Amino acid sequence: MRLERRTETPLALALSAPLIAVAIALALSGVLIAIAGANPLQAYYEMLKGAFGSRLSISETLTRTTPLVLTGLAAAVAFRSRLWNIGGEGQFYVGALCAAWLGHSIAAVLPPVLAIPVMMIAGMIAGALLLLGPVILRIRFGVDEVVTTLLLNFIVLLFVSMMIEGPLKDPLAFGWPQSVAVSNDVMLPKLLSRSRLHIGLLIAIAAAIIIYVVQSRTVFGVKSRAAGLNAAAASFAGVSLGSTLLVVACISGALAGLAGAIEVTGLKGYVTLDLSPGYGYSGIVVAMLAGLNPLGVVATALFVAIVFVGADSMSRAMGVPSFIADVIVSISLLTMLVCLLFTTYRVRR
Amino acid sequence: MMEALDIFTTASLWDAVLRIATPLIFGTLGALICERSGVLNLGIEGILTLGAMVAWMTVYQGGDLWTGLAVAAFCGGMFGLLHAFLTVPLGLSQHVTGLGITLFASSLTYFVYRLSLPVSSSPPTIEPFQPLAIPGLSDIPFLGEALFSQTAPTYLAILAAAITAWVLAKTPLGLAVRMTGENPHAVEAQGLNPIRIRIGAIVVGSALMALGGAFLTTATFNSFFPTMVQGRGWVCIALVVFASWQPGKALLGALLFALFDAYQLRLQHVVEGGVPYQLFLMVPYVLSIVALIVMSRRARVPNALMAPYRRGER
Amino acid sequence: MTQPPVLELSGITKIFGDLVANDDISLNLNHGELLALLGENGAGKTTLMNILFGHYTADSGEVRAFGDVLPPGKPSAAIEAGIGMVHQHFTLAGNLSVLDNVMIGTEGLGLLNSARRPARRKLAELAERFGLQVDPDAMISDLSVGERQRVEILKALYRDARVLILDEPTAVLTRIEADKLFETLRTMTKTGLSLIFISHKLHEVMAASNRVVILRGGKVVAERNTAETDRAELAELMVGRRVVRPKRQDQRAGDTVFSARNISVTQGERTLLDDVSFEVRSGEILGIIGVSGNGQATLGKLTCGLAEATQGDLTFDGRTAKSFTPHDLVESAAGRIPEDRNTEGAIGEMAVWENSVLERISEPRFNRRGFVDRKACRDYAAELIRRFDIRGATPDTGTRLLSGGNMQKMILGRNLASTPKFIVANQPTRGLDEGAIAAVHTELLAAREAGAAILLISEDLDEVNALSDRIQAIVKGRLSAPVAASEADSRRIGLMMAGIWEGEDAA
Repeated sequence: MRLERRTETPLALALSAPLIAVAIALALSGVLIAIAGANPLQAYYEMLKGAFGSRLSISETLTRTTPLVLTGLAAAVAFRSRLWNIGGEGQFYVGALCAAWLGHSIAAVLPPVLAIPVMMIAGMIAGALLLLGPVILRIRFGVDEVVTTLLLNFIVLLFVSMMIEGPLKDPLAFGWPQSVAVSNDVMLPKLLSRSRLHIGLLIAIAAAIIIYVVQSRTVFGVKSRAAGLNAAAASFAGVSLGSTLLVVACISGALAGLAGAIEVTGLKGYVTLDLSPGYGYSGIVVAMLAGLNPLGVVATALFVAIVFVGADSMSRAMGVPSFIADVIVSISLLTMLVCLLFTTYRVRR
Repeated sequence: MMEALDIFTTASLWDAVLRIATPLIFGTLGALICERSGVLNLGIEGILTLGAMVAWMTVYQGGDLWTGLAVAAFCGGMFGLLHAFLTVPLGLSQHVTGLGITLFASSLTYFVYRLSLPVSSSPPTIEPFQPLAIPGLSDIPFLGEALFSQTAPTYLAILAAAITAWVLAKTPLGLAVRMTGENPHAVEAQGLNPIRIRIGAIVVGSALMALGGAFLTTATFNSFFPTMVQGRGWVCIALVVFASWQPGKALLGALLFALFDAYQLRLQHVVEGGVPYQLFLMVPYVLSIVALIVMSRRARVPNALMAPYRRGER
Repeated sequence: MTQPPVLELSGITKIFGDLVANDDISLNLNHGELLALLGENGAGKTTLMNILFGHYTADSGEVRAFGDVLPPGKPSAAIEAGIGMVHQHFTLAGNLSVLDNVMIGTEGLGLLNSARRPARRKLAELAERFGLQVDPDAMISDLSVGERQRVEILKALYRDARVLILDEPTAVLTRIEADKLFETLRTMTKTGLSLIFISHKLHEVMAASNRVVILRGGKVVAERNTAETDRAELAELMVGRRVVRPKRQDQRAGDTVFSARNISVTQGERTLLDDVSFEVRSGEILGIIGVSGNGQATLGKLTCGLAEATQGDLTFDGRTAKSFTPHDLVESAAGRIPEDRNTEGAIGEMAVWENSVLERISEPRFNRRGFVDRKACRDYAAELIRRFDIRGATPDTGTRLLSGGNMQKMILGRNLASTPKFIVANQPTRGLDEGAIAAVHTELLAAREAGAAILLISEDLDEVNALSDRIQAIVKGRLSAPVAASEADSRRIGLMMAGIWEGEDAA
């Protein structure tokens, strides 16, 4: 038995791959749910109810979707150019920290219409700068960016911890390690009253559309795709690999930084060490499930959000540990990789 | 300032170096074996987590410590097999698959842990490995206390490094592994099966990684708690590069690294006021990055590392 | 022959996707025979030998060695049965020693220690017996191509091969080295070995083999005793139809368009190009002939804008510099045909239109304020497809699906469509069949007629002879002085390719 490359990928197969992958992942996770003593079908029903059962739960799911779209885009943009940015988590935190600091300090000086964009842009710049380091190391010295971006996540978390226990500590937080708070008048407007859903969701969706247009319609999009698919041919055609990679890194880092900035200014209002339940890492899964397609990212981010929000309430109702959400998501990543393979290869005896 | 230097003359520092190094030695050797066969195993972080939990759980449920290690190694090997299946015969991206294995192994670990032990404020403990004084050697003043009063798995780690070095350099099996990492077509053309060799190397390497994780819960600490691995896996991946894919240098690298780590822990107590402790905690990660930069030019990467091998591919 | 054949292949069929690579092939190899397997690129020779050796599994048919059926898909079984294979792309590990490369797979994997001393002795004996000297402790990466081939052969002999298959063994050798190799092979047949060598070169098939099997389009089309045939008949059998390669017409060259003056390129301690000078004039083809691995890749990179001269400089379009960028060259109307169309020339996963415009995508005709004018791009691609007869393609076809010849036509087309002043053609017909070769030659000659200055880098003597006005040989990174085509007989060029040229003052 061996694999043979398909001459063409049937469209139906390409479209159904993520669905098949998710179905297999749910089936496998169902075994674990059964082991935990619950009926898998009922558990999944509870999850759906938890994610969509009420106005509140729908708004929570969408709130959760927002950062995932952005970190998913960050990974999708980078991976498409074979830039293995695994540092989304760190970029998320520096973006968040920047936004919190500015939201606390400039609110008095700038009106909200200016302050909000400034915070967003600052978060993006912080995220981009954080990724530039590993990318320059890769271009200059050939250092694998997977390991450096991963290690940077730990460094950044310690840095954030240092800041929120030090210079940026909120003196009113009863000694909890928590950053200064974003002033109320520069928080992102709500999208839905009496809910936590904020306009960050629209920003994230707009970002997905912009990235899609840039990738599919612009000269830069074609060049960066070429660089990712075949570096030798791209540089033969005159595409500068280094500068393309730098631009891609800036976009990718900025998206993850923006995710952090939005999470702080839209939702939490301040930074703590549990601001992100692994959004940076989940972003990788979101991107892979979407086959790196920016519009697909919106859909898969929603899926991952459903799993997380739904698992919380299912866990409360049925006593299955909520870690099942991480299990479902990580198995989905692996099954998606296999399904993607079979869109380009087929098995021959 | 004198105090900062005095640290080096305390036996407890050197004792700690070996203790801190042990999981790194296992992890680095494991990653090294995988990479010498041509496959990057970024599942390491998850496999360390898994090994830590499984070994602890086995002992907590009444197994003895060695059984705990054996079960951890077995489970690590199984996750290695999964990584191997996805990256070798299927030829999937080693980067993404490895991360997927890490996410899967850690989430499954937490799930199983939470399932068997519902939330409690302080994690339950086990009776960990006790120091095993080597008769004679451990009586040597200073050195005895510093180097020869370790727990049994530490000696095992050093032995594993020696065995790995011998097997890779001196045996036909080692040659086959090295050649598979350099050019799998050359292996196939001589009638060996590079796919099986890679799968075998990944399984063995992953089992070693899991032992590294197991050491954390059965010797360093006596309980399991989430996030306890703290990026040690990624440090090991960096150490493999630092060691230029040589087991001997991997041992040295892990020890050197542990020395810095043990030193910064003690330095924290010596340095007076004003320096945030987080800066000290960053040291291992910063060092890993520095090691990668310094060695990047000189390191001799296995030629076929990360290149999937598909039989009969045209 | 009274002895039974040592190898019998019967009814071998192998299908890759839509391509029938081997179609019901049967052939025998007799004891002590030197059999040539002749065929064009893509005729299925290598596939057949890979099936024989167990790298591929046939869809049907069987292989018998010394009367016993070989289990399919197992190189170990083939080796066990006494079959050895010398691959065209050597299967050696560069970072390991010769002895390591020879010993791999010869010992049980359970052994605690490797028996290197007896192995070293056996290797030395074999090297002595067949005149294949190599240093067992040398790293493969430090060996020349010829020495590497010796290691490949020794590997097979070390495993007591009685049948040896050599895939295009002379592709990387000079004529002199090739003659020596065939001499060695003949010695081997005298000691009882039976050999198959794969080739598409008629002269060596005629000179070396006892018998020829001709493959075309995946089928055995004929079988001849070498003594009873001639080059003309073999050529016709191999190609199957009359393909006439176009011939160069005399034409006066114009001014110098592109020149290199005393160029050296070094990489670390290695000198890739050593004090190289040449000039290419409008309306002429300058042929650079040489055996693979003598600096052609670097010369190609330099002239395509991907490498920089360490010393000396290039002059083109009124500018003198150490290097040009691909962008500079495209802007100044240079056409570039890369050495390897699959890795440098085209991106398989992109559409034909994308590959057609990639190097000019920033030009205003395809670029509307940063956005790609997809209609203009598709129209351009459609024009190339029509003008250069790219078969099986629409602008939206995945480039990977094109055959080698059609992919090359696309690359040629995007370079020739805008009447270039200068063209680098690096191995432009490597791996193509006769029909495609003729098409590429026709286009290059048409460009020459239109006044382009063409630098042709090639390993194919016939190609260089047929197309070039002047010829320079490249050996170990050095260039000979140019020789006019009229003065270049094959003996002189053969000597030049071996590094022997009069007056070491390379112009």
